[in-house]
Amino acid sequence: MRFIFKTDYEQDIKLMQHSGAWWSYGLLFAVLAAAPYFIGSYLQSQLVFVFIYAIVGVALMILVGFTGQGSIGHAAFLAIGAYTAGFLQSRGYPFEVYFPAAGILTGVVGAIVGIPALRLHGIYLLIATISFAFIVEEILARWESVTHGNEGMRVRAVEFFGQTVTRDSNSFYFLCLAILVLVIIATLNLMRSPTGRAFIAIRDSETAAKSMGIDLAKYKVRSFAISAAITGLAGTLYAHKMSFISPEMFTLLLSIEFIMVIIIGGAFGLHGAILGAIFIVMVDPMITMLKDDLPGMIASLSRGIGMGDDGARVVQDRLYAIFSAPGLKGAIYGLIIIMFVLFEPMGLYGRWLKIKLYFQLFPLYKKSTFRRQKTYVKSERNR
Amino acid sequence: MSYFKVDNLSLHFGGLKAVDAVSFEIRQGEIFTIIGPNGAGKTSIFNMISRLYEPTTGHLFFEDKDISEVPPHQIARMGIARTFQNIELFDNASVLSNLLVGRHCHSRTKLWQEVLFLPNVRNAEKAHRAKVEEVIELLDLQAYREKIIAGLPYGVRKVVELARALCSEPKLILLDEPSSGLNVEETDDMSYWIRDIKNELGITVLMVEHDMSLVNRVSDRVLALNYGRVIAEGTPAEVQRHPDVVAAYIGA
Repeated sequence: MRFIFKTDYEQDIKLMQHSGAWWSYGLLFAVLAAAPYFIGSYLQSQLVFVFIYAIVGVALMILVGFTGQGSIGHAAFLAIGAYTAGFLQSRGYPFEVYFPAAGILTGVVGAIVGIPALRLHGIYLLIATISFAFIVEEILARWESVTHGNEGMRVRAVEFFGQTVTRDSNSFYFLCLAILVLVIIATLNLMRSPTGRAFIAIRDSETAAKSMGIDLAKYKVRSFAISAAITGLAGTLYAHKMSFISPEMFTLLLSIEFIMVIIIGGAFGLHGAILGAIFIVMVDPMITMLKDDLPGMIASLSRGIGMGDDGARVVQDRLYAIFSAPGLKGAIYGLIIIMFVLFEPMGLYGRWLKIKLYFQLFPLYKKSTFRRQKTYVKSERNR
Repeated sequence: MSYFKVDNLSLHFGGLKAVDAVSFEIRQGEIFTIIGPNGAGKTSIFNMISRLYEPTTGHLFFEDKDISEVPPHQIARMGIARTFQNIELFDNASVLSNLLVGRHCHSRTKLWQEVLFLPNVRNAEKAHRAKVEEVIELLDLQAYREKIIAGLPYGVRKVVELARALCSEPKLILLDEPSSGLNVEETDDMSYWIRDIKNELGITVLMVEHDMSLVNRVSDRVLALNYGRVIAEGTPAEVQRHPDVVAAYIGA
């Protein structure tokens, strides 16, 4: 167990609370920096998606995890970022111009979406953000002079200070990694300053936040704008990675994937956003594996327990039909969310903390340390 | 000229007159207590002062400024802090960050400076922390500094809430039933702290309280309400002897 002896207020402000943190995050960074030279192009590509999802995860964490305002419309912010990039690139602007432009534009849209959030709570806010996402999807499909409608739009390779960075290159991997790291540092800075504390205050008690001098309107709009802007930045990277964007890529399912990132990761810290992103990006390859390999494996198993060749073939065909059924992905997502909410509401990061504490306190760990308490539901009359 | 003045304040919910034409004045540096049976309108007055409720009629004056139209988040900035009867802390944050939120009305840093965590933000954070530590010292909260609110006992939370209000360096502090839910010793501690707040920090105190022994020990003046109306005002002893107050509490 580590005891930190504090002698200075600076120590509570520092991002790295102790020397061990430097070692572990330094090691992680070194591994990520070296990874593209050792892993195959498939894994490298998956990692780029993890980075992009993690950026969105951080954005959602600010809004949902820290400020307590729900949103199932983040695919729309991603789309706005992606289309801003695509459009400005087709007009001949370089990456260093449209990347910040996409962030700013998405941030402004986010602030506008945040205004109804001043009056809406909980499920009503979710419905409002869903409708916003549908509106954006519809605009993208109809505003053909800018978005090319349902035909979609090609996005060329990044032109970054005169250098061409193709979507599969290691340079693009490093670009995404660098942006993720910068976004994380900026978010951590925000969370250790008055704005971050105001977000947390709004999440936990709006009444108290108000009476402590926090302007709810200002900070809710800020939270929406910041979250949207970061998602917009991720959108430009997403557009480049996909190299083609069309309205049907930015659907409700994508928004739900983003929400899953933070639910699965654990909606109380940035670690959760990263772990959740890794998990979500791995779901697709898992489903492919289920479809391709599992039926064969179970068939040979059932042959082994004496079902005969015909029986095994029936089993294989049935399973294959189940795993290739349309909509399976949505069903699996739903199942995963329910499982997490029921059995590990603190997400993967919460589970990690529990495992860590178990070893730190060994053999004194008590299960009840993390037992959930039923508490009174707070009165909502002063909201 | 008065320090804090409530003038003809009313709050009606439809036909129910929760507060009905209440007027009183608080002098600078005194402890002023509002007592009254349940539903007398005490907390409603508090909620109107901190601008959570809109008064039906009447005005509130603080340092000769009309605050009845000021938005709620400006109240703290003007120097009025409050606690809540049922504790409104930020449950999933540590005691320290709860207290730092109390410093919010003194923060002047801009968003972009915070994102970059420029030296001015860092220095402001340290200055806020130093102020918070003074309050922690005053209220003996050192042992709980890093603890998460959700895991703290009720008595401690009550003190943390008082501490959070003090962190905003108020001129006037509103305490909504500071002793409710506390045991005898904790109530004793609370009575000393309330006097310290007045004597050492020079903060004017307006409180709502049911525990008459606490009221007698700390209050300079007392106002008794019943059914939203003022029935008596004066020193604790005077108010307790007042026939209407006796009637309101034990029936005539």
